[in-house]
Amino acid sequence: MQQGLKEKAIQLLKDKTVDRVVGWKAGEFFYDLTPAVFHTPEEIEKDFVFSVFSGANLSKYLIAESRKGGKVAAFLKPCDTYSFQQLLKEHRILRENVYVVGVQCDGTCDIEKIKAAGCDGVTAVREEGDGLVAETLYGEHRMSKKDALLDRCAVCKSHKLVVYDELLGEQGEEQDAGRFAEVEKLERMTPEERYSFWRGELSRCIRCNACRNVCPACSCEKCIFDNPDSGARNKAAADSFEENMFHIIRAFHVASRCTDCGECSRVCPQHIPLHLLNRKFIKDIDELYGEYQAGADMDTKPPLMDFTKGDADPSVVYERGGDKA
Amino acid sequence: MQVNGEFQPTIVAFCCNWCSYAGADLSGTNRLQYPANVKIIRIPCSCRLNPLFILRAFQRGADGVILCGCHPGDCHYTTGNYYARRRMTLLFSMLDYLGIEKERTRVEWVSAAEGGKFAATMNDFVAAVTKLGPNRRLEDLRCSKD
Repeated sequence: MQQGLKEKAIQLLKDKTVDRVVGWKAGEFFYDLTPAVFHTPEEIEKDFVFSVFSGANLSKYLIAESRKGGKVAAFLKPCDTYSFQQLLKEHRILRENVYVVGVQCDGTCDIEKIKAAGCDGVTAVREEGDGLVAETLYGEHRMSKKDALLDRCAVCKSHKLVVYDELLGEQGEEQDAGRFAEVEKLERMTPEERYSFWRGELSRCIRCNACRNVCPACSCEKCIFDNPDSGARNKAAADSFEENMFHIIRAFHVASRCTDCGECSRVCPQHIPLHLLNRKFIKDIDELYGEYQAGADMDTKPPLMDFTKGDADPSVVYERGGDKA
Repeated sequence: MQVNGEFQPTIVAFCCNWCSYAGADLSGTNRLQYPANVKIIRIPCSCRLNPLFILRAFQRGADGVILCGCHPGDCHYTTGNYYARRRMTLLFSMLDYLGIEKERTRVEWVSAAEGGKFAATMNDFVAAVTKLGPNRRLEDLRCSKD
């Protein structure tokens, strides 16, 4: 797979279809893949990596890259194409300057899970059939890929690439892998249990803003969390209120535009399950205003920018499940 | 806030300029009583209510926040309250999801002619929040006056 992508990138650069390519390259460690812009075939040959750790969603980088002049190619996985289309819908990306190479994906992996499975000193990870082989300083370790998937990939919502100029691999289908199961589990708890669950999670927040910075839906040039007048520009939260506030507002600002790409949870250095907040909004929207998948098409309006006369009153919240207080 | 050893909630009511604010006025001119715990903040339309305002009110010591707007269909700006309705539904649901008592937040539609409804709503809401007790889950200790 990686070889195919490299060849494609080199070909696009050589025949001058594009001037730059957005892809991934290794950071400090081989599993620590970071988005990168490549300008020459030599750079591609040397640094370009596509592996089970290519989790980073490249669509957000196209906002800036598409405005720098010249054409840029990007490799987008199915979930990234949803984010890309959502950004197109919001007129954030100049489509004519972007050449999208759709890449089929069967899940990206979490190095923490591989380490937790007892692999110390991992030096390389390769795919073999359905499984993963982790090469370590102490020999090889085989494991099923399923056990190493990122949480978001374990409940992948779609293998369908919703927008692309060229496709590498097969077009896939939408699927239902039960991504709301965790939200439902929380909903069934009593408010006290939920409160202590979220205190435990959110109190770890160090306000690094990584979730905001990585989120393709969070693409405002001026953010409320950078505005000294908003009162929300805190560094490390001083108390529990600020933790709650940041996460409620962050999730609310992307509600109905969040494609559920799961980047927020992937990048969180404190491993806070932030996607559960976004997913709650998605689930509520699905239940109250009809099924909606952000980024799935170019025509429909995001539910929070739309209304019907017969919408439920906010009091519906008092009657719905999860109120075993 | 404790008054003579009894809990007196602080309620912030965000009222739409075109209906509920006038409704509150009418309940005053009609000499209808509602508790003095209610602090009214006038907003130009119910959809002006940024979710952050609600959180901020809780931070600064509110025990309950209520939004009063025009009845759906009667918005001065035609559609504002429809948007507010969706936003508040999702926000309240999220507060509930985080384990914050959902009874502390409420939306009521009160027209300029419904002075009686305004007073009744406030009486009811203050009673409900008094029963819940002080806001602990969304308070900011730095702003606490107790």
